[in-house]
Amino acid sequence: MTNKPESTAADIAKAVAGGQLSAVAAVEAALARIKQHDTILNSFTDVTVERARAKARAIDADIAAGKKVGPLAGVPFAVKNLFDVAGLSTRAGSKINRDLAPAKRDATLIERLEAAGAVLVGALNMGEYAYDFTGENVHDGPSRNPHDTTRMTGGSSGGSGSAVGGALVPIALGSDTNGSIRVPSSFCGIFGLKPTYGRLSRARSFPFVASLDHLGPFARSVTDLALAYDAMQGQDADDAACTTRGVEPVSPLLGDPIAGLRVAIAGGHFQKNVFPEAIEAVSRVAKALGATHVVDVPEASRARAAAYVITTTEGASLHLDRLRKRPNDFDPAVRDRLIAGAMVPASLVDRAQKFRRWYRSQVTELFKSIDVLLAPATPCTAPKLGQVNFTLDGVEMPVRANIGIHTQPISFIGLPVVAVPVPLEPLPIGVQIITAPWREDIALRVAHALEQMGVVSAPSPRGL
Amino acid sequence: MAEPLDDYIDAVSKALALPLEEAWRPAVRANLEVSLRFGRLVDEFALPDETEPAPVFTA
Repeated sequence: MTNKPESTAADIAKAVAGGQLSAVAAVEAALARIKQHDTILNSFTDVTVERARAKARAIDADIAAGKKVGPLAGVPFAVKNLFDVAGLSTRAGSKINRDLAPAKRDATLIERLEAAGAVLVGALNMGEYAYDFTGENVHDGPSRNPHDTTRMTGGSSGGSGSAVGGALVPIALGSDTNGSIRVPSSFCGIFGLKPTYGRLSRARSFPFVASLDHLGPFARSVTDLALAYDAMQGQDADDAACTTRGVEPVSPLLGDPIAGLRVAIAGGHFQKNVFPEAIEAVSRVAKALGATHVVDVPEASRARAAAYVITTTEGASLHLDRLRKRPNDFDPAVRDRLIAGAMVPASLVDRAQKFRRWYRSQVTELFKSIDVLLAPATPCTAPKLGQVNFTLDGVEMPVRANIGIHTQPISFIGLPVVAVPVPLEPLPIGVQIITAPWREDIALRVAHALEQMGVVSAPSPRGL
Repeated sequence: MAEPLDDYIDAVSKALALPLEEAWRPAVRANLEVSLRFGRLVDEFALPDETEPAPVFTA
């Protein structure tokens, strides 16, 4: 075990458990890489050096004492800074939240990863209050794309995408309300899992849109993604939306054959307003899976519209008091969106929530005849930092508003998705592997098969 | 010149005690116009009267 920068979590854990690598060495390697590259990537807002070293020493002591260690022993990881980390103020990308008292207890998902032996090394940059698709932040500066540091990471979990894409850590956590795990996965060329709504506890994370908020992992391999996911599953009374289903481990199933799965390509909305790279990426994945059947997801454009309405109004509700008291401490663009959100009539929000139930029933019906749906994760590869518009088919369109057009209709009804990276040149781009509710196992198995075929992979960071 | 939504924006900002500086107005109005356009898209879709909202959604 050489402890290379791009070592997977599985490799590190195996080496640590087997005594070929100490947890301290694994953590020091991550800290050194963060120190070397994060002045450029700007993915971390806090590096928890002393905490990480203490945890690593404890793992090594357990191993020396002959104690059994968890499946992620010694694996460094980091979290979007909307997760509570004991001793840090949960800033959620904002200036305002820095005045909060430090969190007294870690978020549930951090506790669960650390119970499996993983070692938290820090908190990650993000778009303010998660209302963002770019990864840019006016207070902390933009996180930068590891394949071209003049480009966006995607957001709002931009630091998570940058840190894993840049191989600073093998695993990171993020949140996804409308695409904030899948977009950075696509732009940064890594794997991301947005589980079924309610699958993973959101306890002690700073919210954005309660109806749509999900948490999930990023990794450089499907095996690592599944390891992290398995370690974090389980009910949690501290999150009212968290499922009471039992833990359903996927890692043992990853190698199961995928022959016989009915795979379809999303048509209509998902094939409009896309650049050729996104079409090429879906085409490569579809070809590898032998998928030719194109299905229309009914009213997907309207679903995106309804997701937009729910997002802006629930977001506004969350921040009303901060908008009144500290309007000048927001990112002005976020503030203006939230103020506008507070002005949307309640009747339209109710319509959007009713439409959501209708749309869910239609898509549930669709999944009776298919097992997997393929769609672009983003309409384009990573735009330039600060880029406002792009031109497609001669039409100029705003970048920020269009980055999430293919992710929003999916998270709107909580479907599980694995975003897989297709390593196109010069920049990677992601494809969504979408399945029926609670079938993360299928999405991860398909992603694993594609990885084995060499169709999808996390490229080495090209910009470092 | 006042835009059609300006009276509404002024009234709601007053009703909710939300600050609104003149410099912010164009961006707030532009965002509200997008939200209302998307809201209309949802509004014009006919749903049965019995349809329940999905406030906390279980997939």
